[in-house]
Amino acid sequence: MIKIAFIILSLISIFSALMVISRKNPVASVLWLVFHFFGIAGLYVLLGAHFLAAVQIIVYAGAIMVLFLFVVMMLNLNLVNNEKRGKIIGKSIGAVVSGLVLVLFTYSIRTTKWNELFFNQVTDQEWGTAVKLGSLLFSNWLVPFQIVGILLFAAVIGVVALMKRKITRKVENGIVITQEEDVA
Amino acid sequence: MSEITIHHYIALSAIIFSIGVAGVLTRKNAIILFMSIELMLNSSNLALIAFASFMSNPVGQIFALFVIAVAAAEVGVGLAIIVTVYRNRNSINIDDVHLMKG
Repeated sequence: MIKIAFIILSLISIFSALMVISRKNPVASVLWLVFHFFGIAGLYVLLGAHFLAAVQIIVYAGAIMVLFLFVVMMLNLNLVNNEKRGKIIGKSIGAVVSGLVLVLFTYSIRTTKWNELFFNQVTDQEWGTAVKLGSLLFSNWLVPFQIVGILLFAAVIGVVALMKRKITRKVENGIVITQEEDVA
Repeated sequence: MSEITIHHYIALSAIIFSIGVAGVLTRKNAIILFMSIELMLNSSNLALIAFASFMSNPVGQIFALFVIAVAAAEVGVGLAIIVTVYRNRNSINIDDVHLMKG
């Protein structure tokens, strides 16, 4: 049963990952990426990490995808000649390099003695719950947790600074003229 | 295969990571580049959680949670940079961004 679920979920995530990098239209890519995130979330459930599966769907499929879609829609890209200049040599070199990365991974996976390092999968039902994670996060890992908060704060400030526009208003012949100017 | 072991999860993670690498190296659209980076971060998260699960150690999950938070921050800043580039250059093709002759 778990085997069938694993096979189906891994096929979903691999296929949708391939679709993400092969679609011409960025909107299609984003929608396939949502599929991919749901497949990965299902694998987290199989591994027993229920809280992280929920976080994956809420943060990735919810927040990050909305951000991506929003930017794609806002930029209103010209799809036709966007990638015309991509040369076939560059693409094939990229594909070969990523294949070599996969070969490297396969070699290192095959030569590692996993049985000496790892035991059986956890059977504890409480392993991935919010209670377990929260008690760890707010005791042993409190300082890194706070630092992540500072990081998110800094990211928000950076985004606002990047997106800021200077608005100048002046009156000419009784008409108010507003002018927007990029700062960054 | 008789049972799902850690090999399968790590192999799946390696495959998805390689797909992400291929996306970064072959595509020119900056938004799709970012999505490929998300694929790679996700595959590393999968590997972390698989290791944690098979070691019966929940600390790997904490690390994956931090990776998710950093990825969210990274996407926010990255998309802001893409929008800024689009305002200045009217394109998000990475070949058009050659101000620093890179």
